[in-house]
Amino acid sequence: MSKIDRREFLKLTSLGSIGVVFASALPGMARAAGKTSGMDDFYFLQLSDSHWGFEGPPNPDAKGTLKKAVAAVNALDYQPDFIVFTGDLTHTTDNPVERRKRMTEFKQIVSDLKVKSVRYMPGEHDASLDNGKAFKEFFGPTNYTFDHKGVHFIVLDNVSDPRAQLGDEQLAWLAADLKQQKSDAPIVVFTHRPLFDLAPQWDWATRDGAKAIELLNPHKNVTVFYGHIHQEHHQMTGHIAHHAAKGLMFPLPAPNSQPNRTPVPWNPAEPYKGLGFRSVDAEVKEAEYKLTEYPVVPKV
Amino acid sequence: MKLNTRVLRIAAAAAILAAGGAATYVVAQPKEKVIKITAKRFDYTPGNLTLKKGEAVVFEFTSKDVLMGFNLPDFNLRADIIPDKVTRVRFVPDKTGTFTFLCDIFCGTGHENMNGKITVVG
Repeated sequence: MSKIDRREFLKLTSLGSIGVVFASALPGMARAAGKTSGMDDFYFLQLSDSHWGFEGPPNPDAKGTLKKAVAAVNALDYQPDFIVFTGDLTHTTDNPVERRKRMTEFKQIVSDLKVKSVRYMPGEHDASLDNGKAFKEFFGPTNYTFDHKGVHFIVLDNVSDPRAQLGDEQLAWLAADLKQQKSDAPIVVFTHRPLFDLAPQWDWATRDGAKAIELLNPHKNVTVFYGHIHQEHHQMTGHIAHHAAKGLMFPLPAPNSQPNRTPVPWNPAEPYKGLGFRSVDAEVKEAEYKLTEYPVVPKV
Repeated sequence: MKLNTRVLRIAAAAAILAAGGAATYVVAQPKEKVIKITAKRFDYTPGNLTLKKGEAVVFEFTSKDVLMGFNLPDFNLRADIIPDKVTRVRFVPDKTGTFTFLCDIFCGTGHENMNGKITVVG
């Protein structure tokens, strides 16, 4: 089914039962459903912060939520070109054996996704205690690039160093990669932590993230998608839009809205509230992205 | 006050010299308050501090287990806390209020809750 068909589908269903279109004044992202576009347009899904292995009151269905998300993705009428997990696939553990067990289980669960093109990147829970060693064994490199239908994707690792930094080596790698891109090339960056200082008091930052933004700034069409903060959030730094995704284990409160960044309590009246994933419709020629938010459990 | 101390010191030295005496003049520098902070997974001891605006203190950090961080973002102050080593950081608070400090080096499952408060009074 073509991309235009999917847009028509979104329009026809008014998204009432499957999600919410994020419409914003932020430039370069909101676009009406149903608008026609070029033939290279496509869409992908962003899933994040599944924290497989977590147990506790913030999610009484900790062992079932990721599976529900996989089912929800598989139930979409139109499957994405690819899926990206923006980190914290697993919940941290001091035990290297347990860490690998969680990664094995995570991999097993997501292997049920119909879409087989799945990109992974680590969060600090996956990688900070062993500098990404286990993650690499299971999922491959922690930073890499790929191209898809005219968009250049860059995956940055700001978690394998427990100090929450990219490091000079990776920044040099990023600079070298960007040198090969035209200044107007559509570029999408995936990171786990925000590259900008969203809430340093809650460790929602990357120590040398400003250096990455400085490297990205000369490029006209850059959009960043990240995780870590377990909620939808949108912010501009100059002309670069940064979009945080919801998590798949427990939501966190709005930045600096309370003294501590403790999970939002589970509400039995509204289970799974605040959890979900998003689709990103890429309109390549315009370097625009339309975001649609989906709940883990479709509303009836 | 610092200026007054200096004036007194010069005046005292002048008086000694005027009296024809040879003396070594030693001024006891006001000692800065040292605050020892111990970090261990996943808290700081003490976790709540009260300081006076404009009054310099020296934090002496030690870690009981792994590498930790101390980050006080509102004052752009941070340090690595290395096990078996004392890390000293001088701090002069220049504004009042209550401010969060936190561990900014991921140290395990309780890392997100490893923080404390500094209250600066006028």
